[in-house]
Amino acid sequence: MAAVTMRLPAVHAPLDSGSLRGGEKHLVAPGDTITTDTGYMRGHGTYVEDDKLIASVAGVVERVNKLVCVRALKARYNGEIGDIVVGRITEVQQKRWKVETNSRLDSVLLLSSINLPGGELRRKSAEDELAMRDYLQEGDLISAEVQSIFSDGAVSLHTRSLKYGKLAQGVLVQVSPSLVKRQKTHFHDLPCGASVILGNNGFIWIYPTPEQKDDEAGGYTANLEPVPLSDREVISRLRNCIMALVTHKIMLFDTSILYCYEASLPHQIKDILKPEVTEEIVLEARQRLLDSEG
Amino acid sequence: MASVVLSEAEKLYIVHGVQEDLRVDGRGCEDYRCAEVETDVVSNTSGSARVKLVETDILVGIKAEMGTPKLEKPDEGYLEFFVDCSSNSPELEGRGGEELGTDIANTLYRVFSCENSVDLKSLCINPKEHCWVLYVDVLLLECGGNIFDAISIAVKAALFSTRIPKVRVLEDEEGTKEIELSDDPYDCIRLNVDEVPCIVTLSKIGYRHVVDATLQEEACSLASLLISVTSKGAITSMKKVGKGSLDPESIFEMMETGQRVGKSLHIALQKILDEEENLGTSRPKVGFLG
Repeated sequence: MAAVTMRLPAVHAPLDSGSLRGGEKHLVAPGDTITTDTGYMRGHGTYVEDDKLIASVAGVVERVNKLVCVRALKARYNGEIGDIVVGRITEVQQKRWKVETNSRLDSVLLLSSINLPGGELRRKSAEDELAMRDYLQEGDLISAEVQSIFSDGAVSLHTRSLKYGKLAQGVLVQVSPSLVKRQKTHFHDLPCGASVILGNNGFIWIYPTPEQKDDEAGGYTANLEPVPLSDREVISRLRNCIMALVTHKIMLFDTSILYCYEASLPHQIKDILKPEVTEEIVLEARQRLLDSEG
Repeated sequence: MASVVLSEAEKLYIVHGVQEDLRVDGRGCEDYRCAEVETDVVSNTSGSARVKLVETDILVGIKAEMGTPKLEKPDEGYLEFFVDCSSNSPELEGRGGEELGTDIANTLYRVFSCENSVDLKSLCINPKEHCWVLYVDVLLLECGGNIFDAISIAVKAALFSTRIPKVRVLEDEEGTKEIELSDDPYDCIRLNVDEVPCIVTLSKIGYRHVVDATLQEEACSLASLLISVTSKGAITSMKKVGKGSLDPESIFEMMETGQRVGKSLHIALQKILDEEENLGTSRPKVGFLG
């Protein structure tokens, strides 16, 4: 009944490069010289020493005309207006909530930026301020959109649409923000039977597809019924597939997750995280992605 | 201990999942995560081991030094445990991690307090005067849930890989004793780890209990039972942690599960240790840069 597997550690060999899309990428480590040409303007992630432009972070060199910057591979989330994020409430303050979004500063959700339960549209009064904890408590997960950015870099969120709001039952996966591909929409109803929100900040929320769209709720009523076993299996499998893609640094978007899911179907859910199975399904998913592009 | 904050709906999802024997990562209630075990990772110790349970990372180093035996047990050596959690998070640096460290160390003392677990008489050199003291240092590199199990696996693996140099006691004509170390560096005694127990943590979630809980599952569980089990299934110690209460019937069920899981844990660990031993010097050392 009990399954205990142990193994000796193996050197994690990177997947063979295959065909790199878009030519060679200039990868640098901190301290590497990018160029000795003094005609360039230095951007983020670089500094000048002895007439040489040196990288200060590990990442990819990006050049726009005369501006050279290094985009770090593993960095905190930098908010941009219009991004979809999934965040966790850390504090309830006067007239606003502090939301943790894996960025340098906690994001802010103002009381004036939320939708009230029931979809009411009115100015928030003092009673609303006292009842803030009834709407969102510490530990709750929300999906929101970035409304604006404060001067210190902190992000201000809003949930002024029925598709945003408090999240109910599901599984949260935390990945690096650089692995989430920017797309038109980040809310996906996957054909395998679950839905996924790919937050730009690296928080990925997997949840069972709601049967009917309840528009009157305004996003606050949490469905607390037990999720059926078939949906649970899909959600667990998706979660393991996303972890497998993250281990091999594949960009996350709806197609890559779906291909990985389909490649994992012959295996048991708990076997997906074994190193040899992970490599096999990620290779298959990557092959399908390359075939569909080229 | 490091803990995550979860929303009520997330906790409910986890509890219902455990009820149906399908956890968030697809495991059953009695399945362990895939563990990676490697011994002999620290070169200047007598024995060392590193255990990685996906997100939990433990490093154990054992140093054998000569000391005087304890007064009540003059013909035995002894073990000393020390646990360091500083590298985990800023809140556990320095004095912050002391509470957790002493808690784990006391649990280890209790687990190894059983007389047969380690053959302490083999650690004696000269009764009442000299004996080997094994200083076991545990480093918590990363805490991803279920640290007690990982620590006990690492301690057993490190004890298995410990090599204590052979010493001879020479007696002069006047009766003064001299201790002579053998010249051959490979001439050493190994410890018998057949009776060394491993800790199995059973966390009570809802109406059922799970083995090898992740941080999220630990946040949903109010009470846990730490059982130390030997390879033959004998329970050497038991400890209840957590602020919730446990029904006596569930304690019996958890003990039975712990015995079952403990036996398979020992079998898997022994298999891996034997495999590593058989590879000998041809084994590729991975260490920390793999």
